[in-house]
Amino acid sequence: MNRHLLSTADLSFDDATLILDTAQELAVLADRPIKKLPALRGLTIVNLFYEDSTRTRISFETAAKRLSADVINFSAKGSSVSKGESLKDTALTLEAIGADAVVVRHWASGGAHRLANAGWIKSAVVNAGDGTHEHPTQALLDAFTLRRRLGGLRDRRVAIVGDVLHSRVARSNVHLLTTLGAQVTLVAPPTLLPFGVEGWPCESSYDLDAVLPKSDAVMMLRVQRERMNQAFFPSEREYSRRYGLSAIRMNTLPEHAVVMHPGPMNRGLEISAEVADSARSTIVEQVANGVAVRMAVLYLLLGGNESAIGGKSSDNSGSDNGSNDEVKA
Amino acid sequence: MTTGAADYVLKGVRPLGGEPTDLYLSGGRLVQDAPAGATVIEADGLIALPGLVDLHTHLREPGREDAETIRTGSRAAAAGGFTAVHAMANTDPVADSAGVVEQVWRLGQEAGYCEVRPVGAVTMGLRGERLAELGAMADSAARVRVFSDDGHCVTSSSLMRRALEYVKAFNGVVAQHAQDAELTEGAQMNEGELAGILGLQGWPSVAEEAIIARDVLLAAHTGSRLHVCHLSTAGSVEIVRWAKSKGYPVTAEVTPHHLLLTEDLIRGYDPIYKVNPPLRSATDVAAVRAGLADGTIDVVATDHAPHPVEAKDCEWAVAAMGMLGLETALSVVQATMVDTGLLDWAGVAERMSAAPARIGAVAGQGQGLTAGSAANLTLLDPGASRVIDAGALQSLSRNTPFAGMKLPGAVVATFFRGKPTVLDGKVLETVAVVSDNGVSN
Repeated sequence: MNRHLLSTADLSFDDATLILDTAQELAVLADRPIKKLPALRGLTIVNLFYEDSTRTRISFETAAKRLSADVINFSAKGSSVSKGESLKDTALTLEAIGADAVVVRHWASGGAHRLANAGWIKSAVVNAGDGTHEHPTQALLDAFTLRRRLGGLRDRRVAIVGDVLHSRVARSNVHLLTTLGAQVTLVAPPTLLPFGVEGWPCESSYDLDAVLPKSDAVMMLRVQRERMNQAFFPSEREYSRRYGLSAIRMNTLPEHAVVMHPGPMNRGLEISAEVADSARSTIVEQVANGVAVRMAVLYLLLGGNESAIGGKSSDNSGSDNGSNDEVKA
Repeated sequence: MTTGAADYVLKGVRPLGGEPTDLYLSGGRLVQDAPAGATVIEADGLIALPGLVDLHTHLREPGREDAETIRTGSRAAAAGGFTAVHAMANTDPVADSAGVVEQVWRLGQEAGYCEVRPVGAVTMGLRGERLAELGAMADSAARVRVFSDDGHCVTSSSLMRRALEYVKAFNGVVAQHAQDAELTEGAQMNEGELAGILGLQGWPSVAEEAIIARDVLLAAHTGSRLHVCHLSTAGSVEIVRWAKSKGYPVTAEVTPHHLLLTEDLIRGYDPIYKVNPPLRSATDVAAVRAGLADGTIDVVATDHAPHPVEAKDCEWAVAAMGMLGLETALSVVQATMVDTGLLDWAGVAERMSAAPARIGAVAGQGQGLTAGSAANLTLLDPGASRVIDAGALQSLSRNTPFAGMKLPGAVVATFFRGKPTVLDGKVLETVAVVSDNGVSN
């Protein structure tokens, strides 16, 4: 791990634990009348969003403001991006403005990697979701939520259910939860599991009913209705019957098991309203925890202890940007 | 300058890597005896190969002269040891008429660094709907023999069948870019475990293999010549091997990058590695090397694809597909095939000169290094090694995936129709323009 947060695959057990422990300390702020720390005063954080995501953006914005950073929201809509400015030129503009960190949401897989590694800018980059690749802070807030609810992650069994193929949340969770010692099982129709998933550090299954009774947590993924038109499944009803979490299915979970969803939900498709609103559901809690986890990430990337997340302070020079250095014969 | 100065003695060269000897060049041909007053080139230990012939080059002119021109691309070809290139049809306007192919051919003549053989489009505008005027292009001054919609697959089975049949009238060949469009819609890299991890949509091997399987059967059915462009998978090698075992009139090419590079390079999302067909697995690389060694794959062709800086200095998804190849091809073949013991230099001459000249029906190219042959040849120092510097390339573009890599071998000199285009490893600023009958004009 270096001074960016691009993928949970870059986080060691210690890195991830430090972020979660830091988030736990920062979470107490939410209950105070004044929810603000001066930790990042004078630093500028840009939220660069090439995709609509009000939830993720306001979570990052709240996190940055609670740490007293100056926040600039740069949305692809209504900016020069919509007039065809390249990511590179936008990056150079942000660099010139003096951004200390860029939180980027991009529709293309690898968007955050390019912003961090192409040699365009020196600021820290936080991946707030890139295409169908990763969404590291979502996985961190999921892990944080699971740790609180289950008391720890080692040997806990987590089922991730739904459109794994197109899910950045699933990819980030597979890496992170595995690093933290949990056992992940991906559950989906065969069309929505990635090619080569057998090689991933997790199990996979086509049978939700077989997996639920042995799960400590089940994470339901959002299913885009338009996938039906690309023949990933025949109809919404068939999907819901086979892979939706109904109240009846929920009752086959062990007593202590929790139900998660990264939002936004399709009530009645992948999750029934009864389940979403049940006591097992952590959905609202996940949102609250998201702020604490994103505060921890920004604090550790930009705060006094720069090496806290990575451990290697020599990586902080910004000289690790030359992409051609990676060429191997 | 005396008349004799136009003649050359290449002292101490090793033809096809054999025993050292002297070669004599006079009047655009290799000759038996040393011409009087000839310029002597000390070439001790250099390997002489017949001038390389590329069956698959994108020169971008007309239309994208910001990426490459016929002149800069020809200079890059000469620097790489080539004396003939086939310029692909996906220009703007598309090379789908006699007018465009004659323009490309004439600009190649004027540049003078190598023979530029235009490839004609199979279908009008590369749209895959109706045949271009293949006969008009064949009969034109450019004498087109290779037809390809490269960049696009001729998807329609009936159109592909008709194209194969039609070109028989003038000994043409259809060079197919094998890619099932539906299976690769939105595809970004080889479909495999890594694509799943990186969240990049997969380009499955089957999308290439299914088209090749159909096309070799069509070639057998029509009795017409099929050439498979840039074959990239182990399964494709198997299908072509089977087709050849049946005696079907099928040839195939592989690119230097598919001989050397694997999909693992894509982990950092650097679009310099974005190419179509995509970089494949190590298993596929081993299979295409074996196929090239045993003759299943007839030809190494570069698929030289220049792009301006901004087309690669961006996100992976929006980047252009393609890599430079002309100036590094011979070094990559040495590294992957010769230095590994899979192919000797005679084999390299066959795969990079004789076979492509035969497939493209290019007279005066791909001949032996014996008296009477056209004096198209290149001299290579196999003991040299160089770190590839994108900024030092002759191409107008910089998108080489080999930048920073140390590769063996260096082209020291290239002769095109008896005249040097490269000497002492440097491309000459001016070259004598020699028409294809060997007469200076």
